[in-house]
Formats: sequence, C-alpha cells, structure tokens
Amino acid sequence: MTTLARSRLVGWRLLQAIPVIVGIIIVSFLLTRALPGDPAAYFAGPAADAASIEQTRVSMGLDRPLPIQFVTYVQDLVRGDLGISVSTGQPVRQELATRLPASLELTGFALLFSVAIAMPLGILAATRPNTWVDHLCRAVVTAGVSLPTFFTGLALIYVFYYLLGWAPSPMGRLDFLYLPPPKVTGFYVIDALLARDLETARATLAQLALPAITLGLFTLAPIARMTRAAMLQILEGEFIRTARAAGLPRRQILLTYALRNAVLPVITTLGMVFSFALGANVLVEKVFSWPGIGSYAVEALVVSDYAAVQGFVLTMALLFVTLNLIIDVIYTLVDPRLGMEE
Amino acid sequence: MNRREFLKGTSALTVGAVYLPFLKAMPAQANADETLVVVMGSTINSLDIHRSGTNRPSYQVAVNCYDRLLTFGTKTLDDGSLSYDYDNLQGELAESWEVSGDGRTLTFTLREATFWDGRPVTAQDVKWSFDRAVTLGGFPTTQMAAGSTTRPEQFEAVDERTFLIHLPHASKLTLPNLTTPIAIVINSELALEHATDDDPWATDYLHRNPAGSGAFMVERWEPGQQLVYRRNPDWASGELPGAERIILREVPSASTRRALLERGNIQLSQDVPPRDAMELDAHASVQVVSTPIENCLHVLCPNLAFEPFQDVRVRQAIAWAVPYEAILQNAAYDRGVPMWGGESSTPDDIQWPQPFPYHTNLDRARALLAESDYPDGFEVPLSFDLGQADWAESTALLIQEALGRIGITVTLDRIPGANWRTRALVDKQLPLHLENFGGWLNTPCYYFFWAYIEGNLFNSSNYHNEEVAQLVDETLFMAMDDPDYAPKIRRMIEIAFEEVPRIPLYQPALNVAMQPNLDGYTFWYHRQLDQRVLHGR
Repeated sequence: MTTLARSRLVGWRLLQAIPVIVGIIIVSFLLTRALPGDPAAYFAGPAADAASIEQTRVSMGLDRPLPIQFVTYVQDLVRGDLGISVSTGQPVRQELATRLPASLELTGFALLFSVAIAMPLGILAATRPNTWVDHLCRAVVTAGVSLPTFFTGLALIYVFYYLLGWAPSPMGRLDFLYLPPPKVTGFYVIDALLARDLETARATLAQLALPAITLGLFTLAPIARMTRAAMLQILEGEFIRTARAAGLPRRQILLTYALRNAVLPVITTLGMVFSFALGANVLVEKVFSWPGIGSYAVEALVVSDYAAVQGFVLTMALLFVTLNLIIDVIYTLVDPRLGMEE
Repeated sequence: MNRREFLKGTSALTVGAVYLPFLKAMPAQANADETLVVVMGSTINSLDIHRSGTNRPSYQVAVNCYDRLLTFGTKTLDDGSLSYDYDNLQGELAESWEVSGDGRTLTFTLREATFWDGRPVTAQDVKWSFDRAVTLGGFPTTQMAAGSTTRPEQFEAVDERTFLIHLPHASKLTLPNLTTPIAIVINSELALEHATDDDPWATDYLHRNPAGSGAFMVERWEPGQQLVYRRNPDWASGELPGAERIILREVPSASTRRALLERGNIQLSQDVPPRDAMELDAHASVQVVSTPIENCLHVLCPNLAFEPFQDVRVRQAIAWAVPYEAILQNAAYDRGVPMWGGESSTPDDIQWPQPFPYHTNLDRARALLAESDYPDGFEVPLSFDLGQADWAESTALLIQEALGRIGITVTLDRIPGANWRTRALVDKQLPLHLENFGGWLNTPCYYFFWAYIEGNLFNSSNYHNEEVAQLVDETLFMAMDDPDYAPKIRRMIEIAFEEVPRIPLYQPALNVAMQPNLDGYTFWYHRQLDQRVLHGR
C-alpha cells in the first residue's frame, strides 16, 4: 500500500469519526440529564434546606432550560473547556489529563504481560490441539477470566505484599517515599526515565507489577483463544502444507508463515480488549488505589456529576476512534494481501 | 546499602515502620518519627469548606488548617479513649469572651496570632470569614443559622482584637456553633488579593489554597490521591502538633487499608467498617478505638405520607417487631449502643439518645397490628442508601424477615447516593427507610429540631405534632440549666417514645484503627480526624 493510499484511508476514517463524535456529544448530554436524582440536592451539603438547594442549583447553572445548557456546554467544549467536576472540585480536563495516562499505563502494561503469556500459549495449543497441553492452556485462561479481578488483586496483595513483603504497599502509582517525576507524558515510567531517575522508574514499575498482572490475567483468555483459533485455521491451509512438503524448518513455518497470517484477528481482539480493559478495570483501580479513569467515571455517575460523566464519555469515544484508526493502519502494515491489492 | 535503604533503616529504628517520605525533597537528617501516614477511603474534593459542593471528608482540612474562635476541651471516656467535651468550651483564637447580661451580645478578645504568611489575625478577618459563611449560601449558611447568626450586620469588628456578635435573642447554641468546622477564620487580606468581581469571596482561590492560621499547612494536594500537611511552627492557638508532616492517602478499598495497617506501613486508618474494626481489635499489633457518635442514631423511619403508617398502632407494631439484637450484631458487629429495652415509657432524664421502651416481641407486634386498620398487613418497600450499604443492607434484610412474620410484606429498594438525598430527605417520599442523622451540636432539642419538625431536612417521616413543635420552639435556645428545660425535654422524648415516627435501631460508633504507638486520638462530633493531637508514644 502506498503512502498516499494510506493517508487517504486515515483521512477517510477521520471524516467518518465526525458524525460519531457529534452523536456522542448529544447523547451523553441527554443521558446525563436523564439520570435520576438531583445533583443540586446532593451537592448542597448535609444540612441543606430548600433555599440552599435552590442556591446551589442556580450556582451550578441547572435552573436554566435544557437547550440553553446544551449551547453553553458546546460553546465551552469548542474552547476545550470540559467544565468543572462538582464532586472532585477540579476541572474535568485537568483531571482526565492526569487520570487517563494512569489508566493507559496500567492497561498497557497489563496487555504486554497478557500478550507475552497468551500468544505463546495460544500457539502452543494450536500446534498440539486436543492434547493435554491444549487442555492445560484452556484451563489456565478460563481460570484467569473466571476469577473476579478484585479477588485476584486481593489474593496477590495478600501473598506478595502482606505475607512475603516483596511488593510495595498498594497505595497507587508511587509509594509515599517518592515524588512523581516531572510531567512530560503523564506516564510515570517514561517520565522517570526521561528525567534519568532510575530509582523512581524502578519504584513505578514495582507499583505497576501487581495491578498489571491482575488485569493481565483477566485478559489472557480472549487473546489466547483467538491466537489458537486463528493459528489452527491457518495451519490447515494449503500453503502451510506446501511449505511442510518443501521441507522448510518447522520454526520458520510456524513463526514466519503461519503467525504472520494469524496475527490479524489477534490484533483486532487486542484493540477490543484494550478499550474494554481501560474502562472496565474499576475494581483493580479500587483495590490498588490506582487513580485511574474507571473509578473516576463510576463515582461521577453515582453522584450525577454531569460535567465529569460527559467528559469521560467523550474522551472514551475519542480514544475508541483513535484506537480503531491505529488498528486499521497496523492492518495495512501487517496484512500482506492489502499491500498486493494496489 | 543505597540511600533509600539507609533512610528506611534509620526510620525503622525510631518509630516502628514509619518511613521517610519524599526521598528527593527531604534532607536526610530529618527526624523520621515526625511523619505520620494516614489513610482514608473517601476523597477530599476541596480545601474550602464554604464552597458549594465540598464533601464531608474535606471538612478535615478546615479542622486542621484553620482556627476557630472557640474549641472544646478533652475528656476521657469510660473505655479510656479520648473525646471532645461538649461541656468544656475553650478559646482557640479567642483569648477570652464575655456574654452580656441579656445574652444578646458576645464579645471576643483575640489572642496574638499570625496567619501562615505572617499577617496578624485581626477582628476584621473574623468578620470577613463569618460574613462569607452567612453570605455564600448552602451548607455554611445553614450551619451558621443554627447559632442564630444569619446576617453580616450581626458581626462587628470593634478594633484589631475585639470582635462582637449581636444576636436577635439569647441562644445556648451560638457559642458551641463557633467550634464547628464552618466557623473558621480566614486570612481575609490574602483572600481579597485573589477575589474578583465575579468571585468576591475568593472561592476559586481558597478552593485550592487554604489561607489560615491553623496548626497545619497544606504542602501538596493531589486530588484523588493524597494530601500532605506540614506543621505550622508558629501556631499560636494550641499545643504544637507532634507530627512534623502528615501524609493523608486515599485508599478506596477497605481490605487494602487493612493490609497496609497490619503490615505497619501506615499509622492510622480512618473510617474503618464495623466488621474490620471487630477483627482488627483481636490483633495485639493494632489498636482500635470505637466511639459512640454523640447525638446520632441509626433509625427505621415509617413515613406518615404512607397511609398505613398514619396509624400509630402500626408504627408501634413495627417497633415491637424489629430484631434489635440481631441488627446490632450483624450490621454493627456490636460496635454500637443498644437503643431498645428502655424500662419505662416516661424518660427519667434528658439523656439523648436513650433506649426506647421497645424490644423484640412479635406477639405484641401482632396484637397491635390486629387492633389497627390493617389487621392483614400490607406491602411496603424498604429503602436505603447504597452508600450506607455496609450497615444498611444487613439491617434491611433482618427487618424484612421480621416484618414478614407479622404479615407486612417488605421489598428492598436500594437507592444510589445522588438520588438518596432527593428522594428521602428533600421529597420525603420513601414509605419506609433507614436513616442516620446525627446532630453536630449535642443537645436533644437540636436533634428534635432537625428530625421531628415538619419540613425540616431530616424529618423524612413527615411527622408533625403540635406539642413537639411547640416544645422544640421553646427549648431550642433555652439554657440547659433553666429549670423549665428538663421537664420539656422529657416530655418531648416521651412523645417520641409513644409515637415512634423514628424507630431507633442503635447508636452507631466511629471506628478508627491505628498503630499501638500512636497516642492522642480524640473523637469529635464532626467525625473528622483532628490531626493536631496525634503524637507518638
């Protein structure tokens, strides 16, 4: 595929994203307003009377008609202002900017761990279908997905922190001994390395280990199963039989010819697992006090914190669009057929 | 041995497992036992208690970073733990105070104190802060009104160190109300430098930057993660805190908080759920303090807007059917004070809360229900706040089962936090629900004012009784040593016994768990952690 064709594809996909995002802005606005409960009553405090609730309503701008609220919201949005979260008292944009990297870093490491285990497992299972190896793989990944993450998390904390003392205290992204590295990307590991502070980088990795493993175990199953299925299908292909007949080394057949073809559905799965894990790791975040985006969204939802919920939905939508785009581009790089069609 | 291990080693030698924070920020010679690490399950969302939307856990910033005019002394409870003492009012920023003969003018003389930036604390600062509290609206204004202070004209700065409060009538609640976290004194000059025409009270600035004269300053605040207090070496309003620095970490999972405490990585864990408190208490390596929360009750509210509950016999039948004993065991793990089994239906004293003259007696409950207009029972949903599920869930299940036995079919209705306030307290439309109001000011009339007067927020039962309304009106401001006070309060409690618009289940406790070498923890009615009094043993 030529560069021109690729940039046309990217451009076309970006255009397609516009109606999606407009739709999401409208729907998230309407849905948050449809939430039951009265945020003014909630935020007016413990001993509020009718008058002070009304005052709170006016100060939150909730006394105005819906269309006007919407116009104000869109105007702010255009200026890049996502509003102020009433429950945390911080600008939503600033909060998402600190919490999203935390979640991305955690999910990223979890997926690295997951891929490093699940892909070899899947390949192993595919080359020996229906043997004890295959069954063992199936058992392992099923166990991973069946255990609720808060349980895995607490069990890991119990063994590695409480009993053995190997893991640092599960108190978020950094032990209180350390100051966060100067912010460049928001990813602590990268920022610490950029600042050439190996000590802090090591500490961040240590904090990351248990939550990443917890989340990784949970995502083993789809990746391993997809690798196995794709590999099985490819291994039955005629070109593999030809390669075998030609006497090519087994390693080359498996890794060069079979895996390259089997990796496409795996990448699709990875994309889905990533976006799913990003929003769904609330329990992991709670157990490890991880200041991520999932717990932020859930708490905002519970108290009807309009600005925060809308900001979260919008960010996730943008993230999904970007992620899909990236996966499409990776396709064109990986898939041999797409290159030949030109 | 690298730098980090060296520091860990020295600190471990001094006090248990207190580690040095801020490796890169702190010189190595700093003394490690001067740092405390405290964890809590909730999040601090503002450093300004007057701002609308500031949540309850944030009140501790007001407690620790600001001074009030007055405070309470300390008393030792029967179990040896410490509590504030409602009967021992003391000066904080006020060196002395005087009440005029008619009780309508309060004169305060300020001590010599300075704000963190070195400016002296003046009467003008007090006036500005109080003006702010009564003007901003919302919770601060409501709380100030409890002390009969509602308008800026009531506050007068006579000179640098003399401050006056003018009252429309004498009230016993005004002075205690000045000890609440709301009545803080703010550095008005500094705040005004950051005020704008749209924001004359500098809410944007003070939201992130406290400006007080209190014992602790805020060194760092990372919302959703941690808040770091640093001691103010020039604090004038009390004894200098034992800890040089306090790191307050937010750890949402109760199990994680418990593991951290048991491992000795932290010194104190706030808001410990009753079950953990019970289990931790069995550990020799952890001390648990459970203090019954004054003037607070966990109650079952039959709503009079729901027709069957208008019949007092139905309400009494429920009060006889509630499995009190099982609730205290299963919901509070025995960390609470029984509020049932009172001897007589007329109270002997004005103690509040005190046990109601009911206990579990299903025969009596059935008999009362049979006499009522609903002999065959009825169906009713029992609602509770999901945010309170740690005690409310099991309580609701036990009540459901018990009421089923006398023929009342109960369905459970779990309501998430935001809806709870609206539906239970503002609209007051939940037929049967669990409620947990506690009054900051520890007088029975104050509790009755909020919970038994029609239209007031915590009267979620829609109860109305002319006599109670009149009694509350007469007693709310009356001095407690007035000879008329006690008989009127006893009558009020007697009516509450008889009419049971609120059925008390038990008096809950506030549980805090800490390392055995930590001393000085003191219970406060506002249930916030007073970091100023904590120190190592």
